[in-house]
Amino acid sequence: MHFDAFDRYHEKESFLHRLDPRVKALLTIIFIVSNALLPDGAWLAFVCAWLFLNAANLFSQLGIGYTFKRSIVALPFALIAVTVLFSIPGKPLYTFQFFMSTLTVTDAGFLRFVSILIRSWLSVQMAILLVAVTRFPDLIHALEHLKVPAILTTIIAFLYRYLFVLIDEVSRLLRARESRSGAAAGNRSGGGVFWRAKVAGNMAGQLFLRSYERSDRIYNAMMSRGYSGHLYTLNPHEMKPRDYYVTAFAIAVIFIVQVVGRF
Amino acid sequence: MHFSPTPLHIPDGFLSVAISVVCWVITIVTLSLAISKTNKALGEKQIPLMGVMAAFIFAAQMINFPVAGGTSGHLLGGALAAIVLGPWAAMVVMTAVVAVQALLFQDGGLLVMGANILNMGLVTAAIGYGLYRAVAGQSKAVKLGVAGIAAWLSVMAGALLTSLQLWLSGTSQLGIVIPAMLGVHSLIGLGEAFITVAALSFIIQTRPDLLGEGSESAKGGRGWVVAGGVIALAVVLLSPFASGNPDGLERVAIDMGFIDSGQSAPYSIIPDYTLPFLGETALSTIMAGVIGVIVVGAVIVLIGRGMKAKA
Amino acid sequence: MPVTHVKSNFQMPECEGDVLVVNDLHFSYPDGHAALHGVSLKLCGGDKVALVGPNGAGKSTLMLHLNGILGGRGEVQIAGKRLTRENLPTIRAMVGLVFQNPDDQLFSPTVFEDVAFGPLHMGLPEADVRTRVDAALEAVRMTGYRDRLSHHLSVGEKKRIAIATVLSMNPSVLILDEPSAGLDPRARRTLINLLRELPITMLVSTHDMKLVQELFPRTIVMDEGRVVADGLTFEILEDEALLNAHGLEKP
Repeated sequence: MHFDAFDRYHEKESFLHRLDPRVKALLTIIFIVSNALLPDGAWLAFVCAWLFLNAANLFSQLGIGYTFKRSIVALPFALIAVTVLFSIPGKPLYTFQFFMSTLTVTDAGFLRFVSILIRSWLSVQMAILLVAVTRFPDLIHALEHLKVPAILTTIIAFLYRYLFVLIDEVSRLLRARESRSGAAAGNRSGGGVFWRAKVAGNMAGQLFLRSYERSDRIYNAMMSRGYSGHLYTLNPHEMKPRDYYVTAFAIAVIFIVQVVGRF
Repeated sequence: MHFSPTPLHIPDGFLSVAISVVCWVITIVTLSLAISKTNKALGEKQIPLMGVMAAFIFAAQMINFPVAGGTSGHLLGGALAAIVLGPWAAMVVMTAVVAVQALLFQDGGLLVMGANILNMGLVTAAIGYGLYRAVAGQSKAVKLGVAGIAAWLSVMAGALLTSLQLWLSGTSQLGIVIPAMLGVHSLIGLGEAFITVAALSFIIQTRPDLLGEGSESAKGGRGWVVAGGVIALAVVLLSPFASGNPDGLERVAIDMGFIDSGQSAPYSIIPDYTLPFLGETALSTIMAGVIGVIVVGAVIVLIGRGMKAKA
Repeated sequence: MPVTHVKSNFQMPECEGDVLVVNDLHFSYPDGHAALHGVSLKLCGGDKVALVGPNGAGKSTLMLHLNGILGGRGEVQIAGKRLTRENLPTIRAMVGLVFQNPDDQLFSPTVFEDVAFGPLHMGLPEADVRTRVDAALEAVRMTGYRDRLSHHLSVGEKKRIAIATVLSMNPSVLILDEPSAGLDPRARRTLINLLRELPITMLVSTHDMKLVQELFPRTIVMDEGRVVADGLTFEILEDEALLNAHGLEKP
């Protein structure tokens, strides 16, 4: 398995890539909060936010449609909001029969449904852009700067490092299972569902023990290099004038989007 | 590749700001407690152990087994992590997993991450550990059986909480979202239960020391039994009530002031320059003005800093 | 055909100051399994010594004693300092232990963070840390890999970075566990050249007898928790009775 498939970072020398990771993380969160704060049906503000997003895409050199292509990940969840179409009282738009019940789509329900989708769609795109222009280790540094407890950022760093090692191990386990999952001619393959669950559980147990023992070896390797419970890190990031200007500008723009959303 | 085994990772946009903030507060308080507890319990070894365990949970979520009709069983892992690592460590580990899924793979949003951590990491660990701890000292069969029930209930609890958050945010209708989510997750929970039991039984056979006396798994106090039991009971009692009588729950929520009747959701903090908790008063107009001034001030300070910073 | 050795090329070096002394070391694991039965050995400055023996002979257990990760009965001295609980941090900075699996050794997301880990924990100022990271990467010829992500490296690259992570601590002695295991011929060759050029005392545990023959003038053979032979490599490799008795093969 090739791990680059898991890496969402795209190597480029763009304006956004060079921006301090703190700035990018902070602005992404502010943008997402701003989307959540916009009232239903604030179409003009939604358009402004979308233009802001596209401008960010443009500055990343990844191309205007880059995040759009990957933004489908949140789509299945839209199903969960479908019920608002019928549940909010308003002018009926469309009525149909569904199983035993009559469902009526109202204008207020429709407005809310579409607003939820737009907010989600804008937000997920900005998050996609964030990891596309920021190396994950830099993002972890940004979290450290933004006062996330060191133990949590360190565990996230370990998770990121060993994710690839363990996923490789899982794929080997899965491949080994597949290689032996044949069927004798004329027989149905696969055993009972309980047996299959047991095999999967054994694999999880096996993986757990290997991981547990690995953590012992890593601990030894850390101690050999002087670790005694406290972690020291160098943080190679320094805010430049550009970083401050961009933050100021972006906050101002998002604030204007909020004002636009309320008129 | 899509990693989330269950539709519990809420994306941004689906929860209101108010609900997101409330969930963040609960999560942060619980997590601070968990971090200080694990610091004491595990000492210097905690960092590599919990780091690799987080990667383990992440990778273990990829292990599946075919059930029927193209569907497959998966592991969420909160209950398993709590049983083998102890509840506090499991909470920290699950938080890291949820955070990386959101940050790196956009499985779950950022503003709603507090809710996702709460649903998939904190509650699952509390239930899983509490119920398992209640049968400490019993035979292996009893322990495994209870672990299975705990794993199933942990998924159900996560699903129930997710439904409630969606409803309180005005995103879903209670009478539909609860039966739908709980229905789907009662099946997903079975996969969780099977894998958890089989994995535990494997670990007990090969490394009994990890789960025996003196292990992290055996150190939780009776408080966990109570906490796990209460949450489990709440799930068992609330689920049929909410599914069968959604209007009843709605009435309770209105009576307790969670939602205003007639208003679909408390979805915005500053609608029309007024703050909902202050009402239509001069005060709230002033507050909105103050926020505006703060933003302008922040922009000016940032530009000033930019001028001072070394190019 | 075996290589014919010219005897004069393989003189045991004159010992000036002992870099590493192990004296009558005993150790049993908590489960009761006895791993070391009175191991004694000495390494001199500049020595490059191979440590061979079958699996389970106690090689790895011995190595974990050399920087105090395991603490058995007996004595370990590094550059004249006896290993005690008090001077453990100093000793760990002097002994560069490289584990077999580089995925265990490289636990940070980026190469820089991993190579900087040792110097940072020694309490060095930032500028020194950076100088040492650059020097260590240059020593293993991996300059330019500074900002790479560890999981993007090949096994051979990981091994070399793993060596850099301890070189950055300027150790007095380098202890390597199975450095050539799992490497393809080219990566193995690069590693052998690297080990030959590094001007540092080293003790290398390995099953790769060709590597032993090519690189190390002196070999220590361990079996069942004891040192069973310690001498010039070519003599040990000629002693077929000894090799057979301890499950080793002549290259």
